[in-house]
Amino acid sequence: MIEVQDLTKAYGSVTAVDHVSFTVNKGEILGFLGPNGAGKTTTMRILTGFMPATSGTARIGGFDVFNDSLEVRRHIGYLPETPPVYPDMTVESYLAFVTRIKNVPAEKRATLISDALQKTSITDKRHELIKRLSRGYKQRVGIAQALVHDPDVIILDEPTVGLDPKQIIEVRNLIKGLAGTHTIILSTHILPEVSMTCDRVVIINKGRIVAVDTPQNLTSQLKGGQRIRLEVGAPEAALREAVAQVAGARRVEIESARSDGHLAVNIEAAPGTDIRSNLAAKIVEKGWPLFELRGVSLSLEDIFLQLTTSDASHAQSTN
Amino acid sequence: MKNVWAIYRKEMGHYFVSPIAYVFIGLFLILTAFFFNFFLTAVIQQSLSAEMEGMRYGMSQNIDVPSEVMRAFFGLLSTLVLFITPILTMGVYSEERKRGTMELLMTSPITETDIVLGKFFASFSLFALMLLPTLSYLVFMYLRSDPMPPWRVLFAGYLGILLLGASLTALGTFISSLTENQIIAAVLTFAAFLLVWVLDIGRNASGGVASVLTYLSVIRHYEDFTRGTIDTSSLVYYASFIFLFVFLTVRSVDSMRWRRA
Repeated sequence: MIEVQDLTKAYGSVTAVDHVSFTVNKGEILGFLGPNGAGKTTTMRILTGFMPATSGTARIGGFDVFNDSLEVRRHIGYLPETPPVYPDMTVESYLAFVTRIKNVPAEKRATLISDALQKTSITDKRHELIKRLSRGYKQRVGIAQALVHDPDVIILDEPTVGLDPKQIIEVRNLIKGLAGTHTIILSTHILPEVSMTCDRVVIINKGRIVAVDTPQNLTSQLKGGQRIRLEVGAPEAALREAVAQVAGARRVEIESARSDGHLAVNIEAAPGTDIRSNLAAKIVEKGWPLFELRGVSLSLEDIFLQLTTSDASHAQSTN
Repeated sequence: MKNVWAIYRKEMGHYFVSPIAYVFIGLFLILTAFFFNFFLTAVIQQSLSAEMEGMRYGMSQNIDVPSEVMRAFFGLLSTLVLFITPILTMGVYSEERKRGTMELLMTSPITETDIVLGKFFASFSLFALMLLPTLSYLVFMYLRSDPMPPWRVLFAGYLGILLLGASLTALGTFISSLTENQIIAAVLTFAAFLLVWVLDIGRNASGGVASVLTYLSVIRHYEDFTRGTIDTSSLVYYASFIFLFVFLTVRSVDSMRWRRA
């Protein structure tokens, strides 16, 4: 449904998006994950035809976003970073205006508007002036605006910003409910959002894609090794030495040394090895009391930090 | 065309839901009514004293009251337009850009021309609506005059002020599309208006440059209309002026996609 090839956008000397390529299948939810300023918004603005790319191509439903911009715009709904609302309009008249500029036939407008109001649960606010609404409600009006004309492709730039936890859950469920019939791209810098709503994740940092995969695969595979959490009553130096003797153990990181002599330790194991039994045997051999020993899989958060900060730490280590 | 209408309706809604339209129209009517009354009394008094002097010295000197009043009144209208239009047009695009709603318009299946025409017609409509009630002052004067002045003068005068207003609206909306800041838009628009206003500064001088500049002045052509003459060259002048700036606005809105840095 969406094909992006070598997309690049440069603002003067700054490259905001650097040779980005990915595809989104029909009915899929793609999450765009990255720190602020990573190029998420720029990519979305290019996809929606708001600004042209410096080089590369992007196609939505087979139409080029630049050459067939009008045709592309007919098929998309877009929520920009700030909800594009007119403060002096009521929610309902605003949505009516949006259906008009999205070329919705007059006879379909009323039903589509009430659907959108219902989906974003703002039906009770429909006669309110938008300027009287709170931030969260404005955001929901923005979301309603993006889906009111029932577009094939919905592009949402940080849809859950400004919402309270209950509303966030509602919006996530709404987005999940739209999948299948709609193709969705959403951007976020909140990690759980991606694992909860998206079928696939594109992790982007400094304009470049650093990973594309399902949230599950990213969590389980990207970092091949296992991490082990250990709590043991042992002196620090002796423990380090003992762990080093276990085959496959790589990095030992003392998380905290408690006053009662317990050490909380994180140990990274080489990919494909399970060192837990050897480790336990070693500790028993030394006669230390063992309080906890368990495998921890890397959370998306760890992967994200690892991917987006590796450049910086690499640069530091070479200096 | 449907898209132009959608934009037009939204703009008009914006004017009339917010206090903008009411403030503008109200203020404009108070000012014009005051000055009309002032002109009328002044000219009538002048004409009475001229008549009295004529009786005393035996020379009859008639003052054409309606024409004098209309000359003064149309002059006033053009001056008010000079001040009001920049405020009317300053927010047309800059506000939209600042609020981020330009992003909605530019990612919707409508063309830049749709947006620009819709907005231009809306601003011009507000201007025309503001002007319309002033027609009643002059019609009232016409009905009380004997002999009645030719209606052609009234028609030409209003055609002139509408064309002048449309031209300045086109120029003002163009400038609004260049900046995100409303104040800057208003100040630049006012400066641009003054410039096209005073181009006829050399009207008494002779020579090629002076006559070209005089032709380019917006006010020169307007004066023809207020005298009751509808000159084709003036019509062409205003039509070209409006077309030029509407066209430039389309280009400017289109270029917003490229210059966002």
